[in-house]
Amino acid sequence: MSQQSLNAPGGGPDENSPEDESLTGGQTFASVQGADDLLDEIDSVLESNAETFVRSFVQKGGQ
Amino acid sequence: MSGASTSAAARSGAIGPGGAAPALTTERVMGIETEFGVLHADLEDRARAGAGSSILLSHLVVGAYALLDPAEGERGRRVRWDYGDETPLRDARGFELQRAAAHPSQLTDEVRDAHLPSVELDAPVSGPEVAPEGDDADVLAWSSQRSIGNAVLRNGARWYVDHAHPEYSAPEVTRAREAVVADRAGEEIARRAMGILAAADGIPEVALYKNNTDGKGASYGTHENFLVDRAVPFDRIVEALLPFLASRQVLVGAGRVGLGTRGQEPGFQLSSRADFMEAEVGLETTLNRPIVNTRDEPHADPGRFRRLHVIIGDANLLEESTFLKLGTTSLVLAALEAEQRTGTRLLPDLALADPVAAVRTISHDPTLRATVPLADGRELTALQIQRAHLDALAALADAEDEETGQILRSWGEILDLLERDPMLAASRVEWVAKLSLLERYRARHGLDWSDPRLAMVDLQFSDLREGRGLFDKLRTAGAVGTLVSPEEVADAVTTAPASTRAHLRGGLISAHGAHVPSAGWDAITLSGPAGGHRLRLADPRLGSASWCSRHGIDPAADLDTVLDALRRAVSAP
Repeated sequence: MSQQSLNAPGGGPDENSPEDESLTGGQTFASVQGADDLLDEIDSVLESNAETFVRSFVQKGGQ
Repeated sequence: MSGASTSAAARSGAIGPGGAAPALTTERVMGIETEFGVLHADLEDRARAGAGSSILLSHLVVGAYALLDPAEGERGRRVRWDYGDETPLRDARGFELQRAAAHPSQLTDEVRDAHLPSVELDAPVSGPEVAPEGDDADVLAWSSQRSIGNAVLRNGARWYVDHAHPEYSAPEVTRAREAVVADRAGEEIARRAMGILAAADGIPEVALYKNNTDGKGASYGTHENFLVDRAVPFDRIVEALLPFLASRQVLVGAGRVGLGTRGQEPGFQLSSRADFMEAEVGLETTLNRPIVNTRDEPHADPGRFRRLHVIIGDANLLEESTFLKLGTTSLVLAALEAEQRTGTRLLPDLALADPVAAVRTISHDPTLRATVPLADGRELTALQIQRAHLDALAALADAEDEETGQILRSWGEILDLLERDPMLAASRVEWVAKLSLLERYRARHGLDWSDPRLAMVDLQFSDLREGRGLFDKLRTAGAVGTLVSPEEVADAVTTAPASTRAHLRGGLISAHGAHVPSAGWDAITLSGPAGGHRLRLADPRLGSASWCSRHGIDPAADLDTVLDALRRAVSAP
């Protein structure tokens, strides 16, 4: 599927179609900068060792 | 239904004079219960403990909020759960599974068997439960030693340990939007519990996750409950729900990295529960999970009501997903009730050739183009199956009902977007929001689907801690929509919904907590000056704010006055 930029849930990476925004209803980013900032922020809260993190996420079964 | 007001009966689709068409609405007694993932917050403790601390941590989480949050009344004191007539073994197909044949995990009502981590492990006490003086850590040490594992909260929710997970069983509501508010209040309660634990010296810090699997074979559920007219034959419910439930994940799936119960195959799928559904119909909830669960415990007059217990849904953080999950399913059930009343088939026949396989086929296809075979030989996509439901229900809906209109509109708009290009729905469909984020993250770091960083993003998506959850970051950034305000959610943490008996339960607990030793869904025990009184409310609409008002009951008035008014009210028609 096509890759979407978070600031424009529209047809393609660089498109920003007003009609789609009104349909999609949620607020949108002002810029690509906003989306990149979000990824930076995400990188900063993720643990540095992904393998250990994933491996240690263990639960007992529930309903 | 008797007990409902005239307007409620009209809204639920009673045929008017001249055989008017049903006017279906989303209005129905319903509720969501969520089992949270629970882990040490400290990664070293987490790695060392594995799942071994799950039961202890769950008890700490439950105790922290119920006993120590200032909003929940007297410190160290809780309202206990009243199991009442809970009979988890009763099967909707008409028989009661013999206790000896049941898997231990089905026996949720046995209160004294210390081998079953899912049940109340409190030792029976002859006197009141008295927490020690001391700081939060002292109270928590006491409560976990006594395995204090459940409480009823002032918003009417049940907050308890179930199968090694803390569970928030939201108070009953009658509308999908109310269900969203009550569900989000549970997230807030989870956060407050974590905050209390973090501040308590010598007590482990806990991280709670609103998700459904650890990616290692364990799954835990987010269940929906819907009260349905008992007159609707269960076979018909199964027949109609199988194709509907199998396909609704395109709208409300939460998304998951990895395919298979252990995430062994790299990739992305729509639903975090899909790989764990192994049967079409059945009583079990912890293994051999069925798409349609047959548990028959209405917590209400069983002659009039059936409680449909849906276990296939994903835990949703996106509010519109929760809204649609409840609203669309309620409408399907409304159509079945109308079919029963009119004797005419109203929903299209979409019986699948293999519903269990269809759940997986649909989940494993983020392009939404895969078809699944129907019993009659047709091949349809999940979008087509959902569209057929929407079209049928739209024709039967009450055009004046605001929430019904919103549900139908959302449903249609989202199907339109998904049909054009699934990624268009990134702000309104949780699996698309997650996939969109994952694809950006993948591109930035050049990762393939087997990279553990993507599994980590998936897990961290649902972390409920302030500042840690990735969904929360999307919401803060405006990348996903919201339906309800933070103020409403904050209010719902301490105030029960007005539309059901939760109002009375929560109101009595709020005003008279010290005199409410226990409460359940359909029973509350009040200890008055002359002894205990057990109030039974077999209709979930009795005890609502409007019912209380009609009967001159103010839960906050003095207890004698309340008891008198209740006695009068329940003996009057």
